[in-house]
Amino acid sequence: MANSLSQAPPRNAVHHLLGHPADLAGHIEVHGPLAVAPGNDASWQRALLAALESSGLTGRGGGGFLTAIKVAKASSHGNGGTVVVNGMESEPASDKDKVLLTRAPHLVLDGAQVVAAMCGADRLVVCIPAGRDFVAAAVTHALAERAAQPYGGVVEMIVRPPDRFIAGEESALVSWVETGQSLPAFRPDKGTPLKIGKRQALVHNAETLAHIALIARRGADQFRSRGLPEEPGTCLVTIGGAVAQPGVVEVDRGTPLSDIVGRGSPVDPAQAFLVGGYGGAWIGPAHFATPYASMSLRTIGATAGVGVIIALGQSSCGIAESARIARYLAGQSAGQCGPCVFGLPAIADDMALLARGQAGPGLMARLQRRLDEVNGRGACRHPDGAVGMVRSALRVFAADVLAHERGEPCAHAGAPTVLRFPGPVSL
Amino acid sequence: MSSTTFWYITRASGVVALILLTATMVLGLTTTTRARSRNWPGFARQELHRRISMLSVVFVAIHVLTSVLDTYVHIGWLAIVVPFISPYSPFWVGVGAVALDLMIAVFVSSLLRARIKPGTWRALHWLAYGCWPVALAHTFGMGTDAGEHWVIALGAVCVLSVGTALLLRVRAAAKQATALESVKVDAMPTTRLAVTSSSRSTRNGQ
Amino acid sequence: MRARRGSDRPALPRAGFAVKTNLHIVVDPVACDAYGYCAELLPEAIELDEWGYPIVDGRPLPAELVALARRAARDCPKRAITVSEKSSR
Repeated sequence: MANSLSQAPPRNAVHHLLGHPADLAGHIEVHGPLAVAPGNDASWQRALLAALESSGLTGRGGGGFLTAIKVAKASSHGNGGTVVVNGMESEPASDKDKVLLTRAPHLVLDGAQVVAAMCGADRLVVCIPAGRDFVAAAVTHALAERAAQPYGGVVEMIVRPPDRFIAGEESALVSWVETGQSLPAFRPDKGTPLKIGKRQALVHNAETLAHIALIARRGADQFRSRGLPEEPGTCLVTIGGAVAQPGVVEVDRGTPLSDIVGRGSPVDPAQAFLVGGYGGAWIGPAHFATPYASMSLRTIGATAGVGVIIALGQSSCGIAESARIARYLAGQSAGQCGPCVFGLPAIADDMALLARGQAGPGLMARLQRRLDEVNGRGACRHPDGAVGMVRSALRVFAADVLAHERGEPCAHAGAPTVLRFPGPVSL
Repeated sequence: MSSTTFWYITRASGVVALILLTATMVLGLTTTTRARSRNWPGFARQELHRRISMLSVVFVAIHVLTSVLDTYVHIGWLAIVVPFISPYSPFWVGVGAVALDLMIAVFVSSLLRARIKPGTWRALHWLAYGCWPVALAHTFGMGTDAGEHWVIALGAVCVLSVGTALLLRVRAAAKQATALESVKVDAMPTTRLAVTSSSRSTRNGQ
Repeated sequence: MRARRGSDRPALPRAGFAVKTNLHIVVDPVACDAYGYCAELLPEAIELDEWGYPIVDGRPLPAELVALARRAARDCPKRAITVSEKSSR
């Protein structure tokens, strides 16, 4: 076992997440058995860590940190603990984790088992939001299949935290598991591990775990065979907005944004793309060909975020839609930190006035000041995301901003929203 | 010292202690109102609250010590902290003992503030709301000087001061609550901001 | 003890302080309840936003302000301030 990670030759050697059987029997047939060494096999752990490192896999939940580093740190703390599968996908515009958990639950669960074996965890908790019953049903069915065999190492169970935007944040998720309340923690030193009780909690996004499951069986090279050398692999993206076929696609990292959106059949030329989710960034047509990879996105002020790209069509108003997102995000605060609780609604109010063309003198200066002041002053990154989205909107829709400021909102400012929200969001 | 001297000191220090305790309560109540004043910054009011509370502890100590050392009536050391066992005037001395017990709890918890959980400290500090009225009752219940006009007037001033400060505090809390209501966060309790305990943030953060 | 007014007194210019330390003021935003004592004690390093919450610029503290910073940490009714070697972001 020293050199190879997997014993059975994989039937389909290319590393991709979608298009595999969802049931356990089919899953084992395609991917081979779970590639976890029994007991605390140190050489297996080292080999897997090396594979994760050379794969260059980064987290697919929004943080984008190198998974190898996160796992290595967790396994070095070594006091067992719980693997928390973050299937919350609290971003309203995102569907990738729902798709993954219904179409390939065993990949996600296998990945969690691998992480558990590497870090000495003794149980595994899958978090699916309350109300999202179709996903919970698929996961529950998969858990039952595994328990019947038995298949997998540590105890697996499913829990249902509330369906709120902040509930998917990793410290809020751990806080819910421990106390029943989704409250993000203030973590000035992100190196200290999250804990449930006295033992560590290892939180990973569902998609990241699915990749780990495949890397554990096939090694890093298959993962690296797609994507870019500096940012390898595939990832899942939810396409939405002015497209005829919204939904989830699996793309190679580094694919140009316009190609990704193209797979959804855009209905008219987009004014802008919202990249990364509601806490992400707007980008303008000049940058539509940017490769979907962290370094390239950073140069245009964006990140891959939670894997969402929304195309804003010609019959929408970027300011109005951004104002709605700001209002939604303001209402999703955990309610702990003053700058977020008071600052985000104030920013949303300013954006609403701007959207309606009722800006008045001093609004833009006040809005900019509030954006500067609120940024970075919450316990978690929720206010930062809202601020970043609004700042990018003011930049990308600068021409519209001037018109709205003059009291001449564009014709589409009153049009119904093309964005998805859990409930009504008024300007 | 003669018994009479002790007796005078007991009565005088008791009155002074009541005044100081009242001042402590008023200052403690006004810290929560967040009123911003140019000449009286909040940290100064808080410091004054602490120092006056320590001064009131000193005067209560003098009051209690001299009352036991005075042999004219027998009170006994244990009766200072164990209520209602004093041979002399067991009920009202006992009321004083209750006030003293509560004060000790508040005082010790504040000395150990850095070492105990914020929630524990807060709960113990709230015993002050019990301590002051009990001390007031003891003052008038003991009766020694309670009939004097100036003592009655003093008592009225104390009650009015604390009453006003309490009203201001309640009003400030209501204002804070409406401010939070106006930015009501969807389905999350916004009162969290007023009663946040920092123990949660230290557990997962530091 | 140097008498310090409330935060409406203009702050001393930071350029006047020579010796820098590697210490920073860190505010725990979850614990903070906008009492504002920190801004009263340390207007050179802490300002309040329009809702009364402290804004710390993240720069290292000059040696002259460390004692006041520690006092602000001690006096905060919610224990929301710490003086530490790491900046929080």
